[in-house]
Amino acid sequence: MSVSHSISDARRSIPSWDELVRVLTLEEYNTRVVVLGVMALGTAAGLVGTFLLLRKRALTADALSHATLPGIAIAFMVMVSFGGDGKTLVGLLLGAFVFGCVGVLAILGIRHTTRLKDDAAIGIVLSVLFGLGLCLLRIATELPNGSAAGLSGFIFGKAASMVASDAMTMGMVALGTAIVTAVLRKEWTLLCFDEKFGEVQGWPVLWLDVVLMVLVATVTVIALQSVGLVLAVAMLIIPAASARYWTTKITSMLIASALIGCMSGWLGAVGSALIPRMPTGPVIVLICGFWFVFSFIVGPNEGLLIRQVSRVRLNRRIALQHILRSMWEVCEDNNKSEFALESIVHVRSWNKRTVLKLLRYCAKKNYVTSLPTNAWRLTEKGKAEASRVVRNHRLWEVYLITYADIAPTHVDRDADMIEHVLGRDLVQKLEALLDSKTIPLSPHPIGASE
Amino acid sequence: MKIEAGHSPTSPVSIHDLTVAYHRKPVLWDVDLDIPEGKLIAIVGPNGAGKSTLIKAVMDLVPKASGKVMIYGKSFKKQRKLVAYVPQRESVDWDFPIDALGVVVMGRYNKIGWCKSVRKRDTQAAMEALDRVGMTDYAHRQISQLSGGQQQRVFLARALAQDSTIYFMDEPFASVDAATEKAIVKVLRDLRSSGKTVVVVHHDLQTVREYFDHVILLNMRVVAHGPVDEVFTDANLKKTYGGRLTLLSEAADRLARH
Repeated sequence: MSVSHSISDARRSIPSWDELVRVLTLEEYNTRVVVLGVMALGTAAGLVGTFLLLRKRALTADALSHATLPGIAIAFMVMVSFGGDGKTLVGLLLGAFVFGCVGVLAILGIRHTTRLKDDAAIGIVLSVLFGLGLCLLRIATELPNGSAAGLSGFIFGKAASMVASDAMTMGMVALGTAIVTAVLRKEWTLLCFDEKFGEVQGWPVLWLDVVLMVLVATVTVIALQSVGLVLAVAMLIIPAASARYWTTKITSMLIASALIGCMSGWLGAVGSALIPRMPTGPVIVLICGFWFVFSFIVGPNEGLLIRQVSRVRLNRRIALQHILRSMWEVCEDNNKSEFALESIVHVRSWNKRTVLKLLRYCAKKNYVTSLPTNAWRLTEKGKAEASRVVRNHRLWEVYLITYADIAPTHVDRDADMIEHVLGRDLVQKLEALLDSKTIPLSPHPIGASE
Repeated sequence: MKIEAGHSPTSPVSIHDLTVAYHRKPVLWDVDLDIPEGKLIAIVGPNGAGKSTLIKAVMDLVPKASGKVMIYGKSFKKQRKLVAYVPQRESVDWDFPIDALGVVVMGRYNKIGWCKSVRKRDTQAAMEALDRVGMTDYAHRQISQLSGGQQQRVFLARALAQDSTIYFMDEPFASVDAATEKAIVKVLRDLRSSGKTVVVVHHDLQTVREYFDHVILLNMRVVAHGPVDEVFTDANLKKTYGGRLTLLSEAADRLARH
């Protein structure tokens, strides 16, 4: 970016308050162009990227962006040979677009005519076309007329070279993308979820796919200048992948993805403006990455924390049920209402400390009281809860033994009332099988369980 | 079984000399039959017999090597509005950001048309379809949260929401729970009583007699087809399954005794 101090590196690395305000409020012309352009790009990429991700074409997009390089070089050479200086952006991007599409077609061709699978086809096309691009770039720089010096900027992106008209183009593309996505939302949802069903209904799935990939190519091409072709795919995939952790609905996923893309663009461009010599593209991608990690950890839809919390809760509930059942069964066996800690340790694989901890937890819930004789006793509340747990457990066991073939889809052992899951008549049948109306005897010797 | 040149123009599905090949290897040979109207028809045969391929070829989902298929005397392309399809449950990714109602509404997409959003009456039709399979309570459940049987019922509801005349179902009974099996059978009978034709790829020989009127025994070619009472015989099953049938019946017997 246009930071031109020359005092000392130490001072430069911490932006002053004035500088911060100036950058954040987009007062500087250069910053404004880059930030607005990249925000538009992030929004567009977030929208198209959602469907790209759901269509499972993320890697195809990576190949597409790498395949643009020979297009850029060839467009440059063609323009130079017609007498220009070869730097017309529209021409270069047109070349990039055409070769991006060639790359996708090559992948489809390899997949349909050989035994190779998608991943291999993508690997081949990506590396060969990128290699071709590097060679052509070398040839282009040796052309006598015109200077190809700026071309390599497309590889890693060079946001500083953006001018107002580029940002305008990005804005238009973002708007166009948003419109197409809104209009084809229903059709693309069907395409991504169940292509064959769509085909039977008569939707032109091939063309829906083509339109999606053309839009992906367009977004990739406008990302070349700022983010560069190596990292362009990140803008398409990461916002959508992060959005998935926040929602289970496609509409809100589109909105979340667009927002994350837009914000990453803004923060990335601003961040790279504040830290001198920091390239814009990689900073944007890093911000995207930060969003992903953040979403992956705290996201309410299958996020790491939520999953961990529910696992801990589940484990505790299972442990509680186990100890209640053990206490009940020990009492049942000895025909007494109190029991010693050792008798629980004896029937369980737990050690003394775990049992003691669980007993204290039960005492806190008012299920047991500790007696002065170093023994424990189930309270009335504890007895009620324990007998419920034992009854359900034994009915489930009988159910699984009797209906082994259909059982697994029905088993919800945590259901408060087994009747809710299996229906009253089936439970009555099971109870009859157990010859007991209240609490059935365990179908196997107690202590040998688990 | 073969009545050449006797194809009826009023048959819901009339298959003429159909051959289908994957990678130069034929998987279906010279299938030639008329499917009767208003019946429940099972397609039965061993793994790799081309059961799914047959219904896919009828719906133009796989290319035909030769032959043609007529839906009420016209090509499938002209008649696709009459056809509803229930694909195999495993054919899609159930971890998709959509709820059960969203999937069922897809059955109405062709009625809604290009680029328009879902109307109130489409949601209503979808809710009715969910009700018919006993899934009203799960309408707003994310589809990955549903059990296998419930997912299968959602797929069935999506086809019902299309309100078609001919239904093709690919293994709807595959690994479902008892409640789902009951719900599907009820829906099949409702469809039959309202005059619809239902073609089901079926893998469970035990239930063919109970659930279906007609059966097509398939093993790369049509071994036999016709009313269950006439066609579903031990001799025909042996021809269809070859030596493997004895194994199968033994296993089934053992299960029944259990």
